[in-house]
Amino acid sequence: MSAILPPSERVWWKEPLDRVELLWIVIALVWCLIMFFMMPYWHVYGQQNLANEAYRTTPEAFAKKADEVIAKYKVREEGPQKTPVVKPPAGSDVYLVARLWNWQPILELQAGKSYRIHLMSMDWLHGFSLQPENINIEVHPGYDHVLTVTPTAPGKYSIICNEYCGINHHTMVSPLYVVK
Amino acid sequence: MAVNRNFRTCPATGLLFHEPAEKLMRWNAVVAVVALLVGGLLAIGVLLTRWQAVHLLAPDTFYQFLTAHGLNMLVYWIIFFEIAILYFASSTLLRCRLAAPGMAWAGFWMMVAGALLNNYSVLRGDSSVMFTSYAPMGAHPTFYLGLILFAVGALIGCFVFFGTLVVAKDEKTYRGSVPLVTFGAITAAIIAVFTIAAGAIILIPTFLWSVGLIEHIDSLMYRTIWWGFGHSSQQINVSAHVAVWYAGAAIVFGAKPMSEKVSRTAFLLYIFFLQLASAHHLLADPGLTSNWKIFNTSYAMYLAVLASMVHGLTVPGSIEVAQRLKGYNNGLFEWLRKAPWDNAPFVAIFISIIVFGFLGGISGVMMGTEQLNLIIHNTLYVPGHFHATVATGTTLAFMGLTYFLIPVMFRREIAFGKLAIWQVYIFGLSMAGLSLFMMGAGTLGAPRRHWDISFAGNAFAHEFPGTAWLMITLMAICGLGALLGGAMYLAITVWSVFLGKKIQTPEFNYVPAKAGVAPAPQPTAQPSTVSATLTSHHGGIGAAGMIAPGTFVLALVFLTSFVLYYFVNWKYLSTVWPLK
Repeated sequence: MSAILPPSERVWWKEPLDRVELLWIVIALVWCLIMFFMMPYWHVYGQQNLANEAYRTTPEAFAKKADEVIAKYKVREEGPQKTPVVKPPAGSDVYLVARLWNWQPILELQAGKSYRIHLMSMDWLHGFSLQPENINIEVHPGYDHVLTVTPTAPGKYSIICNEYCGINHHTMVSPLYVVK
Repeated sequence: MAVNRNFRTCPATGLLFHEPAEKLMRWNAVVAVVALLVGGLLAIGVLLTRWQAVHLLAPDTFYQFLTAHGLNMLVYWIIFFEIAILYFASSTLLRCRLAAPGMAWAGFWMMVAGALLNNYSVLRGDSSVMFTSYAPMGAHPTFYLGLILFAVGALIGCFVFFGTLVVAKDEKTYRGSVPLVTFGAITAAIIAVFTIAAGAIILIPTFLWSVGLIEHIDSLMYRTIWWGFGHSSQQINVSAHVAVWYAGAAIVFGAKPMSEKVSRTAFLLYIFFLQLASAHHLLADPGLTSNWKIFNTSYAMYLAVLASMVHGLTVPGSIEVAQRLKGYNNGLFEWLRKAPWDNAPFVAIFISIIVFGFLGGISGVMMGTEQLNLIIHNTLYVPGHFHATVATGTTLAFMGLTYFLIPVMFRREIAFGKLAIWQVYIFGLSMAGLSLFMMGAGTLGAPRRHWDISFAGNAFAHEFPGTAWLMITLMAICGLGALLGGAMYLAITVWSVFLGKKIQTPEFNYVPAKAGVAPAPQPTAQPSTVSATLTSHHGGIGAAGMIAPGTFVLALVFLTSFVLYYFVNWKYLSTVWPLK
């Protein structure tokens, strides 16, 4: 029972290693380094990265910008709350407001074009979860987080909230349209 | 105050118990099991609600149950049990009196008071903020106060543990270095100290904020520091259950660590690098740079993962060596085939190692990879991961340990005969299934902490793929198995402790130790057989120049699945919308 007794050799740090352990440590270390370098590699050669572009701001300032975009590019309204649907031009800045318990506005984007989507919460933490793509990003109050996204295929997508935000968390869902 | 120096020797195992330490271990273990019972009852509600074919609870009750389930399982069950392990690894293994039992009791009662207060706040209904309690969503002040009290109590427990190490050294109750298991417990306790410090740094201001003395808690600051507490507390578990693995191998097989040097260095890597992992939770957050994320999320360069991969080899490896020395030396796997598959502590530890490594370890690295996190963050994959690590890895290891400790500490036989071994299989395999199917549903986008993924009655309802629903159903079925296994564990332990057949031994008496000094340890086990074979070029056991070739093959199987699954995830990531 020696793992629960003091080491039998007092100078245990000079005991020789068996080949099994040495080989495994080398293999495991190499694998660890590969995994480590995969992340910077993907920043250079991969398509899916967060740019780390974020700004401190206030809910008022963010909501104001969002309203300007809605006023400019609104194409219709949808749903019981008459949520505005906006179709911004490719390459433009789009503001997506998360609040208890909805996303606003609904976006209509063009496949193959890029958009700068600004994400921020007005109150608590929310989770931006784009389905069925399964892209998930944390949404903070006070931090304007900018993502440049390029939708690939036309269709109806959903943005669901996947950060628990209180009693009606599960009702926080909104469509996102991608058109040709 | 006179120091209690009464000891007793366990007639079955030869372990030496200090009277106050033994009492503390029993009480901590009993409260831990009570927390497991509470958490388990809450799990019924959580499971039967997420299983939407049943959809048992209303949303407010569901979120309330989920909050309390997380706290009782992840905090109270685990940490009470770990305090018992710390006292065992110091006082019992070093054959030393426990330092300051009075302080230990003060710490214990603070932990109990804190746990009760925190549970009370959730019971009130205005603190359903989940285990993570992310500000600016606020809970009742007693929520934070309870956690703070509990943490201070646990900290006292850690310092009693450190004090005991000092006493043991001072009173020369052991020779040379501390046993490996104690070394692992020291690792856990050191990590616990800075974990609790991080908890204090964030929970005290949050408490002051909840009573109106501080105006604003920044959400990103909260998450960054809170996870220094929340994730690190799980690293305490890792260190503790790895120590339990080594203890189990030693107790069941008389296994000696393959190399003290390697195992201890691996524990040291935990101390250096495990703390960085709070970044795992912040990979999809704004305001932190990729450099910060990559360095921290990978524990520098996956050096803590390296440590776990080493333990994952050396624990089964030491069992293999012990078995081969006993004569099970044929082929690659005779040692494993002829292992005691009806011995509850062994099977519990074996399943714990496999599930922790294959399901918990691999999925943890996926989630902790900066870009892969994008397709995992906050989905059901996350609870899938920690039901493999904590609910199977840690909990099952602790369950196995109790089957060893009940006869030793409570002097009662394990009740219901063969039921204990069934319990281990049912709980371990069901929990593994639960984890796996949660991960499956998460891969398909199903969110965690969500009352209704059918979005019934919502104009914008999202429809999840049928496979995700199938995964949820399978998860629920496995969950029922896990509940059954948990209930069996509670029935067996409670019955054994209170009503089990007494083990009558004349030696069951505390005898005062020679004043000041506990008896010096006699090397009771066969001390140097293994090291002799090690030094004499493997002494005829093993194959291909290795003393544990079977374990090496298993490790390569593990590595292969790891590599394949890793690149499958990158492939999957490469198909989602470009993002920068």
